[in-house]
Amino acid sequence: MARIRPRVRVPGEAAAGDVVEIKTLINHPMESGHRKDEDGNPIPRQIINRFEALFNGQEFFSVDLYPSVSSNPYISFFAKVDEAGEFTFRWHDDDGSVYEETKGIALS
Amino acid sequence: AGLRRAAAAQALTQDDLLRFDPLGQVTLLHVTDVHAQLMPIYFREPSINLGVGAVEGKPPHVTGTDFLTMFDIPRDSPECHALTNVDFVDLARTYGKVGGLDRLATLVNAIRAERPDNTLFLDGGDTWQGSYTSLQTNGADMVRAFNALKTDAMTAHWEFTYGQDRVQEIIDGELNFPFLCGNVIDAMWEEAVFESTQMFERGGVQVAVIGQAFPYTPIANPRYLMPDWSFGIRPELVQEHVDNARANGAEVVVLLSHNGFDVDRKLASLVDGIDVILTGHTHDALPREVKVGKTLLIASGSHGKFLSRLDLEVKGGAVTDYRYRLIPVFSDVITPDPDMAQVIADIRAPYEAECTRVLGQTDDLLYRRGNFNGSFDDLICQALLEERDAEIALSPGFRWGATLLPGQDITVDDVHSMTSITYPNAYRMAMDGATLKTVLEDVADNIFNEDPFYQQGGDMVRVGGMGYAIDIRKPMGDRISDMTLLSTGEPIDPARNYVVAGWASVNEGTEGPPIYDVVSRYIEKHGTVSVPENTTIKIKA
Amino acid sequence: GLTVVPGLGPRLAHATEAEVTDVITEMLGEMPAEGAISIDLPEIAENGNTVPLSVEIDAPMTADSYVQDIMVLADGNPSPRVAQFHFTPMNGKASASTRMRLVQTQNVVVVARMSDGQAMMASKQVKVTIGGCGG
Ligand SMILES: [Mn+2]
Ligand SMILES: [Mn+2]
Repeated sequence: MARIRPRVRVPGEAAAGDVVEIKTLINHPMESGHRKDEDGNPIPRQIINRFEALFNGQEFFSVDLYPSVSSNPYISFFAKVDEAGEFTFRWHDDDGSVYEETKGIALS
Repeated sequence: AGLRRAAAAQALTQDDLLRFDPLGQVTLLHVTDVHAQLMPIYFREPSINLGVGAVEGKPPHVTGTDFLTMFDIPRDSPECHALTNVDFVDLARTYGKVGGLDRLATLVNAIRAERPDNTLFLDGGDTWQGSYTSLQTNGADMVRAFNALKTDAMTAHWEFTYGQDRVQEIIDGELNFPFLCGNVIDAMWEEAVFESTQMFERGGVQVAVIGQAFPYTPIANPRYLMPDWSFGIRPELVQEHVDNARANGAEVVVLLSHNGFDVDRKLASLVDGIDVILTGHTHDALPREVKVGKTLLIASGSHGKFLSRLDLEVKGGAVTDYRYRLIPVFSDVITPDPDMAQVIADIRAPYEAECTRVLGQTDDLLYRRGNFNGSFDDLICQALLEERDAEIALSPGFRWGATLLPGQDITVDDVHSMTSITYPNAYRMAMDGATLKTVLEDVADNIFNEDPFYQQGGDMVRVGGMGYAIDIRKPMGDRISDMTLLSTGEPIDPARNYVVAGWASVNEGTEGPPIYDVVSRYIEKHGTVSVPENTTIKIKA
Repeated sequence: GLTVVPGLGPRLAHATEAEVTDVITEMLGEMPAEGAISIDLPEIAENGNTVPLSVEIDAPMTADSYVQDIMVLADGNPSPRVAQFHFTPMNGKASASTRMRLVQTQNVVVVARMSDGQAMMASKQVKVTIGGCGG
């Protein structure tokens, strides 16, 4: 598997009370478990099964993902920003790995 | 016929075509779906253009004498010839060819001279594809021609089949005017790829032009040519662009659209605040506007055969009156614009000998446009069956391609006007009967789905070597029946493999000789081609 | 030479409307009524491997009243569940997007549950076509 590299887009700053859009992507095959290899053997499922978004340590959004989500899962959502701080994003892999990315936001 | 033609030519003049009582502050000029036709051609409008559901029998789903009746057009008149297939061959010999960008330039320049501060000239797309020279120059010829026409903005569809890198290169370095595609977003981050809107001031009025590219480009054409871009109708996004335009002071909002007529008719009912939709893609030519709420829909035909002129009177930030004329570009009565004639001559010079090379002659009228097989499609299918040694031929239901009269020479230009694409490989493959049925059902649903947002705006896939029946009102999966292998008269067996030849596959890596070579070779071998009337498709409508 | 038709493989076993109903009733105890969920999906998929989906509910998102969950299901995929979004008032807006696989033409069903336990659903058909025609 290619090196897993999460990417996120968060505005660098926002006015207090603004609702900002957050876009996230992680390269991952999202192997569904429904496919077979060239010899006809089933390819085991390996997907990102959960995504979490936290702000200043508090989880405010999460997603349960199933094999129907496309490879390189893309998730976008919104956050109401009342103070400056740091977003943390976590992706949980079927194999137990957890990938994490952080992004700060300032008040304008 | 000679006398009659002389009389008709006398009766019709360039001044007649330009006659218009100007109105208000803004003159919109619109051409669309020129399909790279630099030169005058013949173009036969369809004899069959079926509408389903709510649009059954409504324009543009009216043809022939019904069309004449609906729009009160006398038989044998220039309008009859321009807008319908009625008495086509006879009237084509009377009124001559249509289109030619040097003639179009004459009309556009004359209107601009009359209304220098009021005129906007807009191109609805499908401009860069459809000829030998456009394919050879990757669209550069048409970019040059439309720069010379001083086009104010365009949107696009077939343009994208030169690939996203080429499109970007043209926008960055060759195109002198905005390329507006507000509904195209990048597939990774879902952000705008192109400008959506251009503001113009005309006659003291702020006019916003919003571009809408063909929503199904990556489905109707190969997605591998534009892998990073995502299209779609996106009514909410259109509304957003309209609202932004109004917030920025637009008094008139024009959607320069390549959605297709029925899609635009539905979109007009969903989006507030569009004054005019200049429609394209489905190649319909309507002599009158269609009104949906306060929105005017204008359908300007194809192949440079028509120029639409819409004058708008604007008071207090709203359109208060309008006047519309669909001007047929009758080549024989228009003096070519000398500058544009020179541009065309320069463009064609390196290719002129090849373009005008005669491959053979036709005994019969050769045309494409219509929901089912046109005679040029039947010729392509004949060529595929013979040259690719196949049992069944499939040819795409494109709506572009010029018409040839009985007895006319067939040149390289003519073959390319029907086949010139960037993914031309004529494949040969095994397809079982069940798959053939799936293909026909799938395409039929793209045309006859009752919800226009599920339509792609082409015509039915053309078939050679096989007959079938179609009931357009049935749901997907139930429309097609009585599939028959014509060589044996036997029903198509769902389980049997058939050798199928076709072209314009959207799948990457499709192999085979280019279709234009296949068709050219076939015509050269036969010298004179005949295409008997196709009676192998039974239509229930 | 002869090749096979690409893109028309054998149909996979797929979920049914009944399975979709089972998942929803398991989540909510009963089938909710149709409600005002905005589903942004293309009518025709450009690529069945990655079909963009956005869902949005016009709701206040305050501590007293907010959209808690939005579940996305597809009745023609091998299994019906696609994704379940969990919101809080901190989202400011009950809106999210992802991209999904659709192996064939099918209905995408979206179910939402509010913080007070009220629920609603909506659905939209997406066509997955062979493609290739045009004007
Ligand atoms: Mn066109
Ligand atoms: Mn088009």
